[in-house]
Amino acid sequence: MIDIEGLNKSYPIGNSSLHVLKGIDLKINEGELVAIMGSSGSGKSTLLNIIGMLDNYDSGSYKLDNVPIKDLDETKAAKYRNKFLGFVFQSFNLINYKTALENIALPLYYQGIPRNERQKVAQEYLKKVGLADWAEHLPSELSGGQKQRIAIARALASQPKVLLADEPTGALDSTTSEEVMDLIKQINNEGKTILVVTHEQDIANMCKRIITLKDGIIMTDMKTK
Amino acid sequence: MNTVFDKDTWQEIFGSISQNKLRTLITIIGVLWGIFLYIVLSGIAKGVDNGFEQRFERISSNSLFVWTQNTSIPFSGFKIGRNWNIKLSDVETLKNKIPEIQHIAPRIQKGNFGSQGAYISNGTRSGTYNIYGDYPILKVVSQKDIYKGGRFINELDIKEERKVCVIGERTQKELFKDEENPIGKFININGIYFKVIGIHKFFDQGGGSFDDDGDIHVPFSTFKRLYNTGDAVGFLLIAGYDDIDIVEVENKVKIQLKEIHKVHPDDNRAIGSFNLGSFFTRAKNFANGMSFISIIIGIATILAGVIGIGNILLISVKERTKEIGIRRAIGASPNHIRKQIILESVFLTLIAGTIGIILGAFILYVINMATQNLKDVPFTNATVPLSYIFAALLMMIGLGTLIGFIPAEKAISTKPIDALRDE
Ligand SMILES: Nc1ncnc2c1ncn2[C@@H]1O[C@H](COP(=O)(O)OP(=O)(O)OP(=O)(O)O)[C@@H](O)[C@H]1O
Ligand SMILES: [Mg+2]
Repeated sequence: MIDIEGLNKSYPIGNSSLHVLKGIDLKINEGELVAIMGSSGSGKSTLLNIIGMLDNYDSGSYKLDNVPIKDLDETKAAKYRNKFLGFVFQSFNLINYKTALENIALPLYYQGIPRNERQKVAQEYLKKVGLADWAEHLPSELSGGQKQRIAIARALASQPKVLLADEPTGALDSTTSEEVMDLIKQINNEGKTILVVTHEQDIANMCKRIITLKDGIIMTDMKTK
Repeated sequence: MNTVFDKDTWQEIFGSISQNKLRTLITIIGVLWGIFLYIVLSGIAKGVDNGFEQRFERISSNSLFVWTQNTSIPFSGFKIGRNWNIKLSDVETLKNKIPEIQHIAPRIQKGNFGSQGAYISNGTRSGTYNIYGDYPILKVVSQKDIYKGGRFINELDIKEERKVCVIGERTQKELFKDEENPIGKFININGIYFKVIGIHKFFDQGGGSFDDDGDIHVPFSTFKRLYNTGDAVGFLLIAGYDDIDIVEVENKVKIQLKEIHKVHPDDNRAIGSFNLGSFFTRAKNFANGMSFISIIIGIATILAGVIGIGNILLISVKERTKEIGIRRAIGASPNHIRKQIILESVFLTLIAGTIGIILGAFILYVINMATQNLKDVPFTNATVPLSYIFAALLMMIGLGTLIGFIPAEKAISTKPIDALRDE
C-alpha cells in the first residue's frame, strides 16, 4: 500500500538547511496498523505529512497503492488526498461553525457527492463512532474524545485507503485515549490501513507494528505480539 | 458552474460570512452607501429633468419671444427713446429671411407689460382681464387645451373679424354661474358683445409662459379693429425647427427687426426677448450634468466599497488560514477555495447592492411624495431607469469577482501544510 525508498527531506533554515528525514525505507501493506514513535523532533510528523501529500520530499521515491507521488500540483494532490487519505490531527481540526454532521460530510462535498447521499453517509459514520445523537452539535459543545471521534468519522467518510493520525490521543486523558484507540483498532479490523504517530508506549502497544524514528532514521521496526 | 446553484455552495458561503456578522455588516456598508448615492442622485437628476420637460411640454421648446421697447440710441434721424412697434408685415419678412423659423405667432395684448386690461362684463358680473389678439397658429406653437364643446380661434374668425372669444377658467368662474355653459353666450368687452367659443385649460408652467388663468383670446383682426392698433404687434412667439440653434435665430430676428425699423444695430435695449430654447437647453444641461456627476460619484463610491470588501475578505482569509488548511487537507482543491472566496465577494457585493437599491428607491419614493404638490419646483417623478440598475448590478458582479481574486489567490498561495500550522 505504502512503498517508500531512500526518502530524504530537508527544511531550509536561513542559509543552511536542516536534514530531517535521512533515507527512509518503509513498506506498509494493506490492513496494517502501524505506530510511529520517536522523540520530539525526530521527524515523525514530517514523514506523515509527506505520506499525506501535504508536504513534498527532496529525493527518494514514494508510491501509494502503486501510484508514484512526487511533485504533484495542488489540484491533483487535493484529489488524491480526498480519495486516498484520511487525516486525524492532535488538535482535532474540526470546523468550528459546522455541526458534527456537516464536518463529517465536508470531504464528500469536495467529491461532488449530492447532498442527500452525503447526509446519509455522514450519518452512518456518526453512528459508527457512537455519536449518532450528536449530529447537530457544534464542536464547541463536544468533549475532546467526542471531537476526535468526529474527526475520525470525517477522515473515514470519503473511504480512504489509508488513515493518517498524528498524535490522535495527544490532547486526551488516558481513558478517552483508550476509547479512541479502540475505535481505531476496530476500524483497522475492518481492513483499513492506519498509521498512528504517538509518543506514548501504551498507545503504540495497541498497534500491530511499531516503527521508531531517531534523527530522521528508522531505528527499529517490529511487530507487536 | 453549477456550483453557483448548489445549495451547499451557499451554505458554505453563509457559514463563513455569518461567522463574523459585525464585520460582514461593516463590509457591505461601503458598497451599500455607494449604490444608494448612485440611485438617489441619478433619480433626483431624472426628476429635475422630468420637471423641466413637463414645464415645457405645452410649448415648443425651441422657441423665443420678442417684443419692442423704447430705443436707447438715436439713429437714422430718430431721437432716443422712440416708441416703436413690430408690424404684421414683419412676420412674412422674418419667415422669408430666416429659414430656420418654423412658425411665428404674432400677438397683441392688453393687460400685461404695464398696459391696462380690458373691462369685461356679463350682466351684473364683471372684471378686468388680460386680452390677447391671436392667430390660430398659436395653438401649434403653444399648446392650448380647449374644454370639450369649445374651439380655439380659426382662420375664418380672423378673415371675418368675428367677435368671438376664448376665455380662461377663472374668467368663466367669475363671469358665469357654476351651472351655466358659457359656450355660445355673449360677454361684453369694452362695450362690445363677443360670443364665447371656447374655454381654455390653464397649465401653470412657471417661467415657461406668460399665460394666466383669466386670459381672454380674441381674433387678432378683431382686436386690431376694436382697439385701432393698426398693424402693430405686441410680441412675436417664434418657433424654430427642431434641430436649429435657437440662440442664433434670436440674433438674426433682432438684426432683421432693427434693420426694418431703423433701430441702431447696437441698441440692445430696443428689443426685449426671452429665449425659451436656451433656457430649456440650460435646464437640460443642468439635469444632464447632475446625472453625469451622480454616475461618477456612484461609480467611485461603489469602487471604493468593493475595494473595501476585497480588503475585509483579505483579512478574513488570513484569519481563516487554518480552516482553509483543514479544508485542503480533506480534499478541497485550489479551485474549490477560489470559487468559494470569489462567490463570497460577489455575494456580499450583491447583497449590499440590493439593499442599497431598495433603500435608494424608497428614498426616491419619499422624495416623489413630498414634491408631488410643489408647483414651484421643477421636479417630477424621480426614477432610475431599470437599465441603469442592471448596469450597476452587472458592474458590482464584475468588480466583486475581480476583487475576490485577490484574497482567493492569497488563500491558495499558502501551502496546506503551512496553513494547518497556523494558529
Ligand atoms: N516547516 C518547517 N520548517 C523548518 N523546520 C521544520 C519545519 N517543520 C518541522 N521542522 C523541523 O523538523 C524537525 C522534525 O520535525 P517534526 O515535526 O517532524 O518532528 P516530530 O517528530 O513530529 O516532533 P514532535 O514529537 O514534537 O511532534 C524538527 O526539528 C522541526 O523543528
Ligand atoms: Mg509531530
